[in-house]
Amino acid sequence: MAFLVRTKRKISRFLKALFRKQSCRIGIYGPPNAGKTTLANRIVRDWTGDAVGPVSEVPHETRRVRRKENITITGNDGNTITIDIVDTPGVTTKIDYNDFMEYGMDKEEAVTRAREATEGVAEAMHWLREDIDGVIYMLDSTQDPFMQVNIMMVGIIESRRLPVIIVANKIDLPDASPQRIKSAFPQHPVVPISSLEGSNVEELYEKMTNYFG
Amino acid sequence: MIQGVQIDLISSERLERLTSMEKIRLILDDVMEGNIVILEKGLAPDEQSKLIEITMREITPEGFSGIEMETYPAREAGGFIGRFLGGKRTENRLTVIGPANQLKMLKKEKDLISAWVSSR
Repeated sequence: MAFLVRTKRKISRFLKALFRKQSCRIGIYGPPNAGKTTLANRIVRDWTGDAVGPVSEVPHETRRVRRKENITITGNDGNTITIDIVDTPGVTTKIDYNDFMEYGMDKEEAVTRAREATEGVAEAMHWLREDIDGVIYMLDSTQDPFMQVNIMMVGIIESRRLPVIIVANKIDLPDASPQRIKSAFPQHPVVPISSLEGSNVEELYEKMTNYFG
Repeated sequence: MIQGVQIDLISSERLERLTSMEKIRLILDDVMEGNIVILEKGLAPDEQSKLIEITMREITPEGFSGIEMETYPAREAGGFIGRFLGGKRTENRLTVIGPANQLKMLKKEKDLISAWVSSR
């Protein structure tokens, strides 16, 4: 029996390797300040020693889609996947430059940031329709997961039949409730992590190799 | 003259006659004038994606700052045979859209959307 199981697994891996695309593009999507760039940096640092971009507490720090190519990830179970990580600006339906002035920016700087942020969101939506093969949907587990933008985005991803892993980030914070995210999206795998501290990222890597492979 | 906010309720029949871009333009033009739009049936996921993208292109520093939008959670449409033949299909439901600086959602449950609207 064990021989049959091992053989089936070997054939499955062989077929996967045979028909797998050379590299697939995995987009990290989510609302602003969910920790998308922090996760992208962690993944790229863990597997290549490099980084993707700067992070900040001010929303919309990432205002351009950034892609890091050919990152090979190996899960604890030995499965491997080579992907391009696509870090995207936080998706929202509203951007007001006055919100940036509350972080101490002058008007000119805030207006520029708002304009770049709107372009970034439009660009991220375009990528999702045209160039993404799988999605890590990133949520701050201290926030309400039922926000309309999350419901819409998960619906859009589902309609494109893209595989999606939902990441419940910031579990290092006292108000974190990854369970609330699991109950909001029971149809998808949810992995609780702290991308800042690196806790439980191994489970995410294993899930990525199995789910996007 | 009565002071207040205009609310446009758009029927599913009217929406069905429009192309995706016509729907998005109708909604955005209305919302950019400061009106609240209520769609009897919401937009398809691809239309929602384009609505976000075009909304972003319409935002200006001293003018339009985007939209607030709420809808009931999607529910599966069609019976067993429909699902068997056509796979999983979700039904778009009543949707409220308004200018982000005038419409604020107070409470949202699976069967109740409570919103507060201010005039410009």
